[in-house]
Amino acid sequence: MSEQNECLTYSFEVDGENFTSAGEASVQVKRILRRIGFDPETIKRVSIAMYEGEINMVIHAGGGVAELFVYEDKIVMKLTDHGPGIADVSLAMQEGFSTAPDNIRSLGFGAGMGLPNMKRYTDEMVIDTKLGEGTTITMTVNV
Amino acid sequence: MTVNELAEKLGLERVFVAEPDRIIEGAYAGDLLSWVMGRAKPGNCWVTIMTNVNTLAVASLLDLSCIIICENSEIGAELSDAASAKGLNLLRTGMNEFEACAALSRLL
Repeated sequence: MSEQNECLTYSFEVDGENFTSAGEASVQVKRILRRIGFDPETIKRVSIAMYEGEINMVIHAGGGVAELFVYEDKIVMKLTDHGPGIADVSLAMQEGFSTAPDNIRSLGFGAGMGLPNMKRYTDEMVIDTKLGEGTTITMTVNV
Repeated sequence: MTVNELAEKLGLERVFVAEPDRIIEGAYAGDLLSWVMGRAKPGNCWVTIMTNVNTLAVASLLDLSCIIICENSEIGAELSDAASAKGLNLLRTGMNEFEACAALSRLL
């Protein structure tokens, strides 16, 4: 943790090999925000968006890095991976569209709701993706 | 109605019950985790057959009152340990999801 530009910064490695530990970053984020004293609704929105992002990085990109920036008036999450990138962002944003393989679906994932949920639970979401290079998703929840 | 009263009335197996007096506020049924994540409400009782640990992450993040695992779907030690670690209410029944929802709708 470090204080920069009047914000608290946290960084988490998301292990791309391990479905069981997927969600660890969001659990830690939930704990951090609760300790700081944010209201339950804000904590819920941030931790759900973070969880969906983490799961996406595990399913599609072999893991990545999740960063959290806590400001007085907003919480920003930045999820960075070096996966295959998203070929058609508007298609990926449609509820129900999924490219998750069958073994992932059998675990209850692949509903095609990950990105839509991330948008639904945040105030702003920006997707920066390049095929073959990776994806960075930045989400903001206003407090 | 509390989780304990619900378990009593429907004869549910208490796999792990952290908060027996937690009030149940409505219910939601579904097996696709992100679908449930986008739609279930805090306090809901969640009816599902999914028993991997990510089920508990969803329940925890949404602050659901309890999970009812249907059709006696197999619950590994990992899941019951995680329920205990996260302080969640995990119940199980032989009923399928339709039967469990029909029973719930008579009580809630």
